[in-house]
Amino acid sequence: MNTAIASVGLGPYLFVSAALLVLGVFGIFLNRKNIIVLLMSMELILLSANLNLVAFSSAHGDLSGQVMVLFVLTIAAAEAAIGLAIVTVYFRNRGSIQVEDVTMMKG
Amino acid sequence: MSVTVFNWTVALPEIVLALSGIIILVAGVLQRKGEGFFPAAILSLVAFLLCGFLVVLSPSGAGYAGTFVNDGFARFMKVLILAGGFVAVALSVSYRTAERQTLPFETPVLMLFSTLGAMLMASSANLMTLFVGLELSSLSIYILCALERDNVLSSEAGMKYFILGSLASGLLLYGISLVYGYAGTMEYTGLVDAVRASAMPPMGLVVGIVFIVVGLCFKLSAVPFHMWTPDVYQGAPTPVTAYMAGAPKFAAFALFLRVMAGPFGSIAPRWQILVETVSVLSMVYGAFAAIPQTNIKRLMAYSSIGHMGYAMMGLAAASTVGTQATLIYLAAYFVMNAGVFAGITAMRRNGREVNSIADLAGLGRSDPGMALALAIFMFSMVGAPPLAGFFGKFMVFAAAWQSGLYALVCIGALSSVVGAYYYLRVVKVMYFDAPADALDRPAPSLLFVSGGMGVATVVFAIVLGPIMSVAHQAALALAG
Repeated sequence: MNTAIASVGLGPYLFVSAALLVLGVFGIFLNRKNIIVLLMSMELILLSANLNLVAFSSAHGDLSGQVMVLFVLTIAAAEAAIGLAIVTVYFRNRGSIQVEDVTMMKG
Repeated sequence: MSVTVFNWTVALPEIVLALSGIIILVAGVLQRKGEGFFPAAILSLVAFLLCGFLVVLSPSGAGYAGTFVNDGFARFMKVLILAGGFVAVALSVSYRTAERQTLPFETPVLMLFSTLGAMLMASSANLMTLFVGLELSSLSIYILCALERDNVLSSEAGMKYFILGSLASGLLLYGISLVYGYAGTMEYTGLVDAVRASAMPPMGLVVGIVFIVVGLCFKLSAVPFHMWTPDVYQGAPTPVTAYMAGAPKFAAFALFLRVMAGPFGSIAPRWQILVETVSVLSMVYGAFAAIPQTNIKRLMAYSSIGHMGYAMMGLAAASTVGTQATLIYLAAYFVMNAGVFAGITAMRRNGREVNSIADLAGLGRSDPGMALALAIFMFSMVGAPPLAGFFGKFMVFAAAWQSGLYALVCIGALSSVVGAYYYLRVVKVMYFDAPADALDRPAPSLLFVSGGMGVATVVFAIVLGPIMSVAHQAALALAG
């Protein structure tokens, strides 16, 4: 077992990552202002999962968790790029990126 | 040991599809602006066909150090997924935006990459392959939704799907991290042992499984994770909607069946109730919420929510018969759904797209062929014998009944009666309402798709025997 994990145990890592997940999810559901904040919240969720993966990988002494983190980081970068592109296109059409304005379709 | 062998030939169809995607992209960039779509679409159709042959001929076995597996189940799902991609590209050929332009040439390329991700999902043997395949498929669809760049509805659809889709991916990833942590491995074969090791699986593992189910239910647009579906279906360009209603759903089901029947199959009683609840909610919600709809794309969104509920009945049965029933249901859903979307893409008046159900009024007189095809699809969606939809519903009901899920079967039967109302209303509008102005003549590619799918819906009963035996082989391959 890795020394850092051995000295504090797995618990604190899982706690921090669960807290990040909750922050991210609440950031998406409670935020009524700006769409950019939603993008930040999504990054938080992905990073909380990454923290979990790295902590478990270290505790198990198994590398596949860390390999997964590299994949996730790449995907998160692609996702952020696509998200910002969609926000730009949306702003050009609608003139606003307020969450409450995303209501052209309903029902 | 065979799993550690590189064995790249099992993934030959995927490799060919990825390379053709890159080649078509480069070819499209070299064309003059606005002229690249047609060659790109034709090349994509060829690539799909070629890839379909390779899938049928591809050898079974594991490859890439156990992250990738090809078996009867993967082949069945991949053929469905490729067919879904093929139909969507065929529908996009005649599609014109509000400015009477073709869609950008990236459309078929993105559909191709999304199909590639979907195929990877069907072949996943490791949580890593699962996630990467899912994201490749989803990220392409986010872009596809927002492709009509000057249309505010299209960009709003892309925005909504992106936000909720990446939330679902995030939750799925968190679930994967918990499953990895408590099982100590990402490989499905290792997970089987980890789950069986103790009579009482650890709490973290169960929470992880719930997160994974939530993420997959979102991709399936099953209630209560359906909120994005109507808006995204309505706002996205029609061929993209047709794509979303097909290939990604099949891929999500492939994942669902692979993960639930495989690694987590031995703790089925623990997740069965979850799947049953989602299935009941989807069937009932899909039936009732569709009643007040006036936009046919929104109607199809609610219809697809309901259909996913029926298909999940086979999964809730948690048996080989149930898996087989789900596969047959998906095949039946594919033929009738693709046909309906060919009809919707054909709804144009004076070159402009119209989407209201009332616009179909009088189609029975102005275009009897298209009206007949749409009527066949609608009756098939209801589940009227001897059309494709009937056999799909019959199989899942029978499988659920065999597993003792009597309440589920009763609710399913009742909600399909409610569903009959809104499907048959479309038929009534086409044949009995005062005629609206005639719609434009459909493009040849749309006639080809709707005609082909119409024939497939009618003759489904004749080819049912072979489909059942292939689905049976697939279900057996999955059960191991």
